[in-house]
Amino acid sequence: MFAEITSITILGGRSKSGELEQAEITLVPGDLVAVVGPTGSGKSRLLADIEYIAQRDTPSGRQILINGEVAEPAVRFAWGRRLIAQLSQNMNFVMDATVAEFISMHAECREEAISGSSEADLIARVISQANLLTGEPITQDSPLTSLSGGQSRALMIADTAVLSDSPIVLIDEIENAGIDRRQALDVLVRNQKIVLMATHDPILALLAERRIVLKGGAMVKVLESSADESALLVELQRADAAMIAIREQLRRGESLAPTAFRYR
Amino acid sequence: MKLVTVAGPPSSGKTSMLLRVIDWLRETGISVGVVKFDCVSSEDDERYRSKGIPVLLGLAGNLCPDHYFVTNIEACAQWGKEQGLDMLISESAGLCNRCSPFIRKALAICVIDNLSGMNTPAKMGPLLKQADVVVITKGDIVSQAEREVFQHRVRKVNARAEIIQMNGLTGQGKERLGSLLAQSEDLDGLEGRKLRFSMPAAVCSYCLGETKIGSDYQMGNVKSIAIPASIPAAPEVN
Repeated sequence: MFAEITSITILGGRSKSGELEQAEITLVPGDLVAVVGPTGSGKSRLLADIEYIAQRDTPSGRQILINGEVAEPAVRFAWGRRLIAQLSQNMNFVMDATVAEFISMHAECREEAISGSSEADLIARVISQANLLTGEPITQDSPLTSLSGGQSRALMIADTAVLSDSPIVLIDEIENAGIDRRQALDVLVRNQKIVLMATHDPILALLAERRIVLKGGAMVKVLESSADESALLVELQRADAAMIAIREQLRRGESLAPTAFRYR
Repeated sequence: MKLVTVAGPPSSGKTSMLLRVIDWLRETGISVGVVKFDCVSSEDDERYRSKGIPVLLGLAGNLCPDHYFVTNIEACAQWGKEQGLDMLISESAGLCNRCSPFIRKALAICVIDNLSGMNTPAKMGPLLKQADVVVITKGDIVSQAEREVFQHRVRKVNARAEIIQMNGLTGQGKERLGSLLAQSEDLDGLEGRKLRFSMPAAVCSYCLGETKIGSDYQMGNVKSIAIPASIPAAPEVN
């Protein structure tokens, strides 16, 4: 078992057509990496390989090292599950409980994570973090199933960041609806998670320092985000903010001027 | 031939999960057949057949389904041998949760889904408690935290089983489950082998077809509910 995760390394396997995978990558806590490529290029397979801590025994033939070492089966199959938290595309709550009850139930199965901080304090911290990510405040007494899509996503991300001790977070696209996605990624990274995010969204892809490019089931390259791209990101975010502003105006029932979309 | 027993509540995703695992097993060169036990009706045999998997279907009809299972599994195993299978998987719904179709030495897999409710693990009997492997499905439609809470509650009921989160739609998790199946023990016939847990005590008049209600019509193994001698009257509401 590993007391602490200092790195994970993805060693290449083979593409769908059997060619050797050229790229490999090592990630450390605080890293945010985007996984990009067309639909069917193997993004979900890559995330699945990491979740499974693959040892050349999945269709891709990849190997995942933890702290530079081969994980023992005990780590892979028992404790290993605790290594990874997954935020999937479908984010719904089905539990019949209030937000506070839910957080305390989750804390109960993550005992070591809450040592030193009281439960009430923990509940407050998760909720206040969630409320930084969404415009519609969540309260302790809100029934889980009554949360909106944005509130649910915000609560899930806050819970993963604050409560969960899984050092690796895999995200299969964060939807835009009602949450501040940049803040959401920031809070995960600040909590020293290794974050891998499959995305088609240009803003999310450029927010990552590196992006793994997939094609035909293989990692074909790992790109570092350049200074030019950072400048482009600023512009895209301005455009995004302008788009959100228009959405808000529409929500409020306002009429829009032809010049409403301004971001420069 | 290996015999693997898979059981879980209706619609927990047993067939979808098995179709994925069988794919994996066949890729590694293991020939697999399925016997599906159901109560009233089933179309799952078609799902197996359409993928070229040899399949038997057994419908218990008006018999206790697990009794039907235990009285027929040996003949099914014989069928599997005659088909030249490396592995026979028996799939059955969990039914009353009081019994389980698990057989000693045969790998026992319980399938439950994340949507079945947080209290479900505690409500399930031997079906969950006696399993070697618990497969939890439909994790993709609940939150990470709910998955963890649910898994924790499964763990409380069965401290020994390996727990696998599996997605029956994408097949995520099939590698680990497949390798557990592939490593399971070869059985040399079932005669004289034992179930892991006893069936409920039967037989009463209703087992034999009685339909009328009333003590005059009750015979055999009958258990009365405990009702306190005097129940205090509800307080008056003003």
